[in-house]
Amino acid sequence: MAVKADVMLDAKGLACPMPIVKTKKAMNNLEEGQILEVQATDKGSKADIAAWSESVGHQYIGTTEDEDVLYHYIRKCSNDTLIENTHEHTIANEEIVSRAANGGYILDVREDAEYAFGHIKGAQSIPMGELESRMNELDKSQEIYVICRTGKRSDLAAQKLANNGFEKVYNVLPGMTGWNGDLTKSI
Amino acid sequence: MTVTKWTAADVARKVIENQSLFILDVRNADAFQDWKIEGHQFDYLNIPYFELLDGVEGILPQIPSDKDILVVCAKEGSSIMVAEMLSEADTTLSLSYLEGGMKSWSGYLEPIKVADLSGNGELYQFVRLGKGCLSYMVISEGEAALIDAVRFTEVFTSFAQEKNVTIKHVFDTHLHADHISGGRSIAEATGATYYLPSKDAEEVVFDYTPLEDGLTVQLGASNIDVGALYSPGHTIGSTSFVVDGKYLLTGDILFIDSIGRPDLAGLADDWVGDLRDTLYRRYRGLAEDLIVLPAHFMIIDELNEDGTVAKRLGDLLADNHGLNIEDEREFRSIVTDHLPPQPNAYQQIRQVNMGKITPDYDEQTEMEIGPNRCAVR
Repeated sequence: MAVKADVMLDAKGLACPMPIVKTKKAMNNLEEGQILEVQATDKGSKADIAAWSESVGHQYIGTTEDEDVLYHYIRKCSNDTLIENTHEHTIANEEIVSRAANGGYILDVREDAEYAFGHIKGAQSIPMGELESRMNELDKSQEIYVICRTGKRSDLAAQKLANNGFEKVYNVLPGMTGWNGDLTKSI
Repeated sequence: MTVTKWTAADVARKVIENQSLFILDVRNADAFQDWKIEGHQFDYLNIPYFELLDGVEGILPQIPSDKDILVVCAKEGSSIMVAEMLSEADTTLSLSYLEGGMKSWSGYLEPIKVADLSGNGELYQFVRLGKGCLSYMVISEGEAALIDAVRFTEVFTSFAQEKNVTIKHVFDTHLHADHISGGRSIAEATGATYYLPSKDAEEVVFDYTPLEDGLTVQLGASNIDVGALYSPGHTIGSTSFVVDGKYLLTGDILFIDSIGRPDLAGLADDWVGDLRDTLYRRYRGLAEDLIVLPAHFMIIDELNEDGTVAKRLGDLLADNHGLNIEDEREFRSIVTDHLPPQPNAYQQIRQVNMGKITPDYDEQTEMEIGPNRCAVR
């Protein structure tokens, strides 16, 4: 399955340090939350892109490989530290699986690429940006546990749902960064 | 000053001649911690190149102005970039970069003469500084024997040419797991006989001559002989050699400051008894004046002043910790429970040495990246 990205950077055939130099430049032109796909053939780029992303505070999502081309996915982050939770109902990571088993479901509002590289089994994916237009896919009568990476996007999503008449909506904290359970991949 | 290019051979001279050098390693932190260029007098700074893209001013205070500075990365591209940035920021620095980066360092061999043998014979040790591998060539009367040759076959064949000798016998002391053997291809290229201990060769898919205990070959018309001595423990087939009655080539059984590990073929518990028997009985029965020449070194302190890795057996029996663990249970526990991580891609490397897979040159380089880890200290 192809992974969805907002911007694609072709760094194939380039040797170190060029894939990172180009990635750094490309990231400057992304908006916060957007995803960059970097195509590279330099094997060393995998470790370096992950380490570089961490050093500058971007989110390295993962890498796939197909016929000697590496596909790296990075999500632009500016400052994730300040989180204001304003949605009233929250729920802890540990509780959602058993709660969802008794009716209700997990809604993952991260980007497609993040979801593809690892999500909770059974979680439904609607990226934050598409929530407005895809709200009709959700069932108002069920409990909905909204999850993202750090609880920030899920908070906004929960508020949006609440404002649209969803009454049983919970923001899952701390989110996927604190998830210790199994992950399902769709790549 | 402009940035100059150093070859791996230039860096090897610095190591062997005990000179000082400041290494700015711009690979990422994991790679640096795993494996770096070791020297007696080397100082290090590790800053990944991608943290320097916006400028090197921040690290200038950490760069010495009175030393040679060598910038190193995985291949060379990033080290050139960083060296040039530093050179622009401070024109007084003495800057160079390593041509081919750590890949080329991993593959460099420095031939050093260990000894003159009886008659006009010579014994050479090929020191692979970047990987800690040691190969040997015994020369006499126009003929040569090679022991534990690494995969850079042309180094050995051109050395033989230079010395005007024909490679007649090629030995591997055991089926290697940490590096790819060059033995078979050298034998194919030169018409030499390739020997491998048959107990290590059960799965190999090519023809070889069994290396049996007591086998002796003579070089030319000389009296120099290369005699095999069965010494299992690192692998079940591991075999040592006694050259010219004076030199004991121990393969991966006994090193200068450590001993072999029994686990790389997945049978640590089965082979630990053999390892004990070889180290505590077989080797103790040999003349203490034999000079031990192992197939590896682990740390730079194991190098002698002339760059060779060699030590009297009697001294090792007295000083090497692994030869002085009286309690058998403690010995068993040390060599099976407290092992360092296994070498990079060691299972694939064993497959290559069995002839089961044939990776290309770059893939072989990738497999061999990283430090040697054949020992228990």
